[in-house]
Amino acid sequence: MAGTLQLEINGRKYSVNYPPDTPLLYVLRDELSLTGSKYGCGEGMCGACTVLLGGTARRSCQILVSAAVARPITTIEGLEKDGALHPVQQAFLDAGAFQCAYCTSGMIMNSVSLLQTNPHPTREQIVQAMQGNLCRCGTHPRIIEAIEKAAGKLPGGAK
Amino acid sequence: MKPGQEWIDLEPERYEFRALPMHQFALARRDFVKLFGAGLAVFAVVKNAAAMQETAPAPRGFHPEELPKEIGAWLHIGEDGKVTGFVGKAEIGQNVRTSLAQTLADELCVPFDSVQMVLGDTALTPFDAGTFGSRSTPTMTPQLRKMAAAARGLLKEKAAQQWNVSAEKLVAANGKITDPANGRSLRYAELAKEELGHQTPPAKDPVKPANEWTIAGQPLPKTDARSFVTGGHRYTTDLCPEGMLYGKVLRPPSLGATLVSYDDSAAKAMKDVVVVRDGDFIGAAAPTVAAVQAALAKVHAQWKGVPQISDKDIFSYLKNSAEPSKDERFRKAKGSVTDGLAAAAHKLETSYTVAYIAHAPLEPRAAVAQWNANKLTVWMGTQRPFAVRDDLADIFHVPEKDVRVIVPDTGSAYGGKHTSDAGLEAARIARATSGRPVKLVWTREEEFTWAYFRPAGVIEIKSGIGADGKLTAWEFHNYHSGMSAIETPYDVANQLIQYHQVPLVLRCGSYRGLAATANHFARETHMDSLAYDAGMDPLQFRLANLSDARMRTVLETGAKAFGWPRQKTDDGQGFGVAIGTEKGSYVATFAEIQVDAKTKAIRVKKLVEVFECGAIVNPDGLRNQVVGAMIQGLGGALFEAIHFENGHITNAHFASYRLPRFRDVPEIEAILLDRKDIPSAGAGETPIMAIAPAICNAYYDATKVRLNSLPLQQS
Repeated sequence: MAGTLQLEINGRKYSVNYPPDTPLLYVLRDELSLTGSKYGCGEGMCGACTVLLGGTARRSCQILVSAAVARPITTIEGLEKDGALHPVQQAFLDAGAFQCAYCTSGMIMNSVSLLQTNPHPTREQIVQAMQGNLCRCGTHPRIIEAIEKAAGKLPGGAK
Repeated sequence: MKPGQEWIDLEPERYEFRALPMHQFALARRDFVKLFGAGLAVFAVVKNAAAMQETAPAPRGFHPEELPKEIGAWLHIGEDGKVTGFVGKAEIGQNVRTSLAQTLADELCVPFDSVQMVLGDTALTPFDAGTFGSRSTPTMTPQLRKMAAAARGLLKEKAAQQWNVSAEKLVAANGKITDPANGRSLRYAELAKEELGHQTPPAKDPVKPANEWTIAGQPLPKTDARSFVTGGHRYTTDLCPEGMLYGKVLRPPSLGATLVSYDDSAAKAMKDVVVVRDGDFIGAAAPTVAAVQAALAKVHAQWKGVPQISDKDIFSYLKNSAEPSKDERFRKAKGSVTDGLAAAAHKLETSYTVAYIAHAPLEPRAAVAQWNANKLTVWMGTQRPFAVRDDLADIFHVPEKDVRVIVPDTGSAYGGKHTSDAGLEAARIARATSGRPVKLVWTREEEFTWAYFRPAGVIEIKSGIGADGKLTAWEFHNYHSGMSAIETPYDVANQLIQYHQVPLVLRCGSYRGLAATANHFARETHMDSLAYDAGMDPLQFRLANLSDARMRTVLETGAKAFGWPRQKTDDGQGFGVAIGTEKGSYVATFAEIQVDAKTKAIRVKKLVEVFECGAIVNPDGLRNQVVGAMIQGLGGALFEAIHFENGHITNAHFASYRLPRFRDVPEIEAILLDRKDIPSAGAGETPIMAIAPAICNAYYDATKVRLNSLPLQQS
């Protein structure tokens, strides 16, 4: 049954009335109009819905909204600060690391998570971390290039 | 002639163009008299395109066979100096929004950032058969240039009249007409106030040659790129107009199953739920996705399946079920293959198979439909908005002018979004929601099951070469997969090349490159086998049989970049090459692979590809397309295949249908040859087609085992 759930998303508090077993992705998209997180498969296999939950990349289609209560959630819409893009967003922009760009939000969120835990990943570590994110247009080399460009530019990530 | 008919003639593997729409609703009436708009509403000056879209002018009808000749149908110059181009193509990730804007800015001589493009909107853009066939660049860039050059010329004339000088002495640049004699200038916006829109271009087209381009030819970044890294861009799946309901279709349990009995009383009793049944179609709408899923779960439907061919039998079916045809379009012959084989020193006969594969666009098929009385608006990720409009008008028995299809920039398509399915479904459900819009997004499983596939095929080749390694005979039969690139680029006097149609098993149709990948896989691996039979290096063997200068240049450039012939440094290492030409562009692909000694698993280490498509409009966008096609090609080459058994797709998920991922991507070098002396060809497709044979040839080099089936790594 639907009940009121308290969510903290991109630094804002939201009360939503949704069945607790609804995947977080649907609440973000359909209830809160945060449509930057995409539906690609609903099975956790493509990464297009990736958000940060408690600072870590998670597939929002695989997280029940009840499990996201009381943990800070960051979506792609929450990365930009005062009109300035996040360094990872900027790096994707500079590298032209997208074609249809439907996977881009998830790629960026996963990259942010990677660089927060490992500010200077090796190529192999990037590949390992991004393996669960699908880009059907085949933009992988530019995505890797963007992550390498962004590495070290994150707050707290300097050498 | 139906829009797109010419493409069915040229490329019969566009099976989806011939097929009836997926749903034949009972309310459909096929005897509907088509109405075309009587006149063209043309405005030379509008405030801006965004305002124009909001006010939604009366739809402008265009006769399908003819493009409008009036400048105003293609471009507008606003009072603020902003230029808007109107083209019926769809942006599906191929970057056409940027390349068309570059072209328009270049020819009109205005700053790039003053141009915006309105694409794929049946109410605002000229008729377009669809975004397919690598046609956007070769057809639309000359068209826009012609219109822009004519507009530029008229603006010069206007200024010349005002200043009482000769127009020939005036210069168009940066959105202004300037008189070099005294430096005075007039902005286009001032000159365009008097109507130019109804004017048609002069017969002689003074368009700029490619070596005079300043904005076209540059590696400009994607238009609106920022909105893609912020999550701000709204795809069809993201739209949420006021009052919107979520729609969903109850799919049959197997392909081709028909409805036997049905009870929707429990679903209909649910609050805020609309259930629609029309023939075998059952759909519903509700205020949330969860509610519509719950509603359909309460519909009791019994279906009757039909026995169907399974994947284990597909190739023998395709080979043995060809429909006899005397259609000359399907057959190319010259000389005598019999004589050519008799004269051969070596002969070779081989059979190849290619599996069905899925487009798997990351944004699934989706549509939002809204009825306003008898007028219908559909937002949809489609490559063929006008064809979708025609289907909707037909099916719902409304005039075409009352149907508007709008294509938001779409989460890719690769030839998979040519049909009207999701639009028809959303519109049918929305017919019952009293004007509330309905959004319908296919699930990934629906994508893999109910969309159409690249056709499977069987290809048989019989060939002969002389003692000198020159081809003497070439006989090529393609069963079902199609005719694209079916003709050989090699010199051979005796040829018989034939495409054989086979009744469909799975729903199939266009896919990036169509049958060019299958035909190149067969031809280029067969050529490789012949090279070994002749005792020649595969590169030298190809050059010995090739006189096409552009093809030779591409091949030789690639050989140099790859360092062919290369010495092996590891066991299991292999090198392969494949080449081809299609749709006016040329490709040569070189592969380095490593084959695992025990498992025989292929690891592609490096790909070098040379691509030439005439004058390059945007080298950055082109590089993205070429590299993207190379990586997409890895999937079909190595592991993609649709599995099916008696009407069930058995791998309808990303977990079981393997796509290329980061770890599969090798070192890639893409070399783009810019030929400013040759008109620009399209580039979305050809770069995919030589990947599979290059890898297959490298596998032979590594193992001395010849693989004849795609995908090469059967699961």
